[in-house]
Amino acid sequence: MKALDRSAFTDLIDGLIELDPRPVVGVQDDGEQYVFDRLESADDLALEYDLTALSPKKYVMPQRETLLTYDRRDHEYEMRAEADPTGHIIVGVHPYDLEAIRQLDKIFIDTLQDEPYRRKRENSVLIGLTMQDVGETCFAASMDTATIDAGYDLMVTELEDAFAVDIGTFEGDQLLESVSTRNATAAEIERVEQINQALNESFERGLDFPPSELPTLLSANYDNMDFWEGYAEQCLSCGTCNVVCPTCFCFSVDMIRDLDGDSGRQERRWDGCLLEDFATVAQDENFREEVAQRHRHRFMRKGWYIYERYGDIACVGCGRCTAHCVADVADPCEVYNELREAQHA
Amino acid sequence: MRSPVRGQFEHGTSEYQPVEGRIVWIDDHTADDKLFVIDLPDGVSLDHEPGQFVQLFVPGVGEAPFSIASSPTKDGPFELCIRAVGNVTNAIHDMHAGDVVGIRGPYGQGFDVDALAGEDLLFIAGGIGLAPLRSVINYALDRPDEFGALTTLYGCTEPAEQLFPTELQEWADSDVMDYRQTVDEVPAGQEWDDNVGVITSLIPPLEFDPETTTALVCGPPVMYRFVIKALREKGLADDRIYLSLERNMHCGRGLCGHCQLNELYVCLDGPVFHYPTVRDKEEAEV
Repeated sequence: MKALDRSAFTDLIDGLIELDPRPVVGVQDDGEQYVFDRLESADDLALEYDLTALSPKKYVMPQRETLLTYDRRDHEYEMRAEADPTGHIIVGVHPYDLEAIRQLDKIFIDTLQDEPYRRKRENSVLIGLTMQDVGETCFAASMDTATIDAGYDLMVTELEDAFAVDIGTFEGDQLLESVSTRNATAAEIERVEQINQALNESFERGLDFPPSELPTLLSANYDNMDFWEGYAEQCLSCGTCNVVCPTCFCFSVDMIRDLDGDSGRQERRWDGCLLEDFATVAQDENFREEVAQRHRHRFMRKGWYIYERYGDIACVGCGRCTAHCVADVADPCEVYNELREAQHA
Repeated sequence: MRSPVRGQFEHGTSEYQPVEGRIVWIDDHTADDKLFVIDLPDGVSLDHEPGQFVQLFVPGVGEAPFSIASSPTKDGPFELCIRAVGNVTNAIHDMHAGDVVGIRGPYGQGFDVDALAGEDLLFIAGGIGLAPLRSVINYALDRPDEFGALTTLYGCTEPAEQLFPTELQEWADSDVMDYRQTVDEVPAGQEWDDNVGVITSLIPPLEFDPETTTALVCGPPVMYRFVIKALREKGLADDRIYLSLERNMHCGRGLCGHCQLNELYVCLDGPVFHYPTVRDKEEAEV
C-alpha cells in the first residue's frame, strides 16, 4: 500500500485535470445532493459523501449515445456503426459502484461484446474510494459490496492527514508517478483495516440472510402474486428505480432524423422494465401488462435472473432505488427480507 | 483502465454495423403483407438457420426484428414477409425494388434441423406465423430424404389473409407434403371451398405417429396454448414440440432487455424454443 500526503493527492487530481486528455470527473456536492460531475479542481471533490444520485455507470453507458449514423448519397445510403471512445478518469467510486461496473463489464465486454461500452470502459480510469459514511438506504455490507479488493485502478482511503492508496492496475501505478508517494506505514495500513471493519458494522440496514440464497428464495416466490400485488399497488410505474440503478442496463433504440431528411442516427437511451410499454410488441400485445408483473420482474432480475445467466446477484445494495422511489415500494432489502421472513414464519 | 480482452473479440468492429441489403423483388401477398426479397453485397448468402431472425434497419425510420422466411437451402437473396403494423413495417411497405436497407444478423436459435433428422414433421402455422415456419418447411421440402412424413397445417382469420398464395397451391398439389388449411370465417365476397374453423380443428382428424412426429408451431400468442393442448390430446409428448415466439427487440443480441421472458432472452435463447424449456415460464404465455 502507498500513502500520499494531502497536498500530493490534490496535486495528483489537479495534474490529471490539467494534463490528461480525458475528462476528470468526481463526486461533488451540488447543493442538493452528491453527484458525479466534471471536476475543475481537486477542491471540488466531496470525498465525505454517502451516496450519489446516479452511479458512474453513466460514463461507460451514457443516458443517450449514438450506435449508428446514416447519410444519403444520391440513391445510396452509407450506414456507419459508431462507438464513442471517450473514457473518463472517475474519482471517488464507492465499492458497491465498482462491483456494479464489474458486473456490467462481464456482460458488455466479456460476453456480449458491445463496442460502444468496451471503448469507453477500457479508456476509463476508476479511482475507488473507501466508504466512510453510509447512506440511509444503503445495505451494501450485507450484499458483500461495502468493501472490494479488485475492479479499480487505484483505491483511496482518506486518513486523518494522508491518503492511503492501493494500486489495482499498472495504469493506476503509472498515474502515481507524477506525484510524491511513499510506502504506507504499518499504522496507516492498520488504520485502513480499522476503517473497513468499522464500516461493515455501521450499516443500519441489511439483508437478513446471505445474498447467495436469493435465487432460491425468489424462484420459490415467483407465483406469490398476493405479495407482488401488495407492493405494486402503490407503484407508479415511473421507472425511476431503473434509472438510478447502477446495474440496470436495458435500453431502447430511437431514430433521430436530421432536419435535412438525408441523414440521422440511431441512439440508444436508458429504458426501464417498470415502464408500461417495455414488453409490448406490434398490435399492442403486452407481455408484462400488469404493474405487479413488472414490479416482480425487477426484483427477479436483480436477485435471480442475472444470476442464472452471469452468476452475479445484480443488486449491489447501494439503496438508490429506495431513496428515489416516490411511492416507497422499490426497496430490495425490505422486499427480500419480507419474502424470507414469510417463508420461515 | 481495464485490461482489453484480446482474442475474445475483434476490436474496432461493432455488432451494430449493418450490411447493405438491396431489395430486389417485392411481392404483394395480402392488403397488409408483402414479401421482400433482399440481396446482400456481392451476392453472398445470409448463411442462416431456418427460424433465425435479422434486424432490419430502414434509414430515417428505425430498426425491427424479422424472422427469415426463406430456407438456407436456397443460395443468394433471402426473404422476409412483413406485415404493415408499425413505423418500420409501414416504411418498408412504401419502399421499392432497388432501395437499400440495413441488415444485422442472422441472430438467435433457429430450428435444429440436425436434431430433427429422420422425424416426421408437423408444421402448424397461424397467420403471419407462416413466415418463420416457411424457412423450415421449404428446408424439409428441399431435403425430403432427411426427414419422414411432412404435414403442414395453416390457419388464417379469412381467405384474404393467406400468405404465399402461389406456394400454398403448390403445397396442396404436392405428393411430398400433406397440406391442410382453414380459415376462421369467410366474409361476404371472398371465395373459399376448404375447412372453416380455428387452426386447432385441423388437429383431431390428423393421423400421425406420436412416437416419430415432431411439431413445429408458430402463430399469434393466443394460439399456442390451444394448439399444444390439441397435440397433447393426440398423444404427442411435450419434448416433441418446438415453438417460435415473437417479442419486442431493440438490439437482437441479449442486451436491451425488451424480449426477456422470465430469465430467458428470446433473441439469444430463441426465438425457437423447445417447448419444455418455456412450458413453465409464465411470461412465455404458452
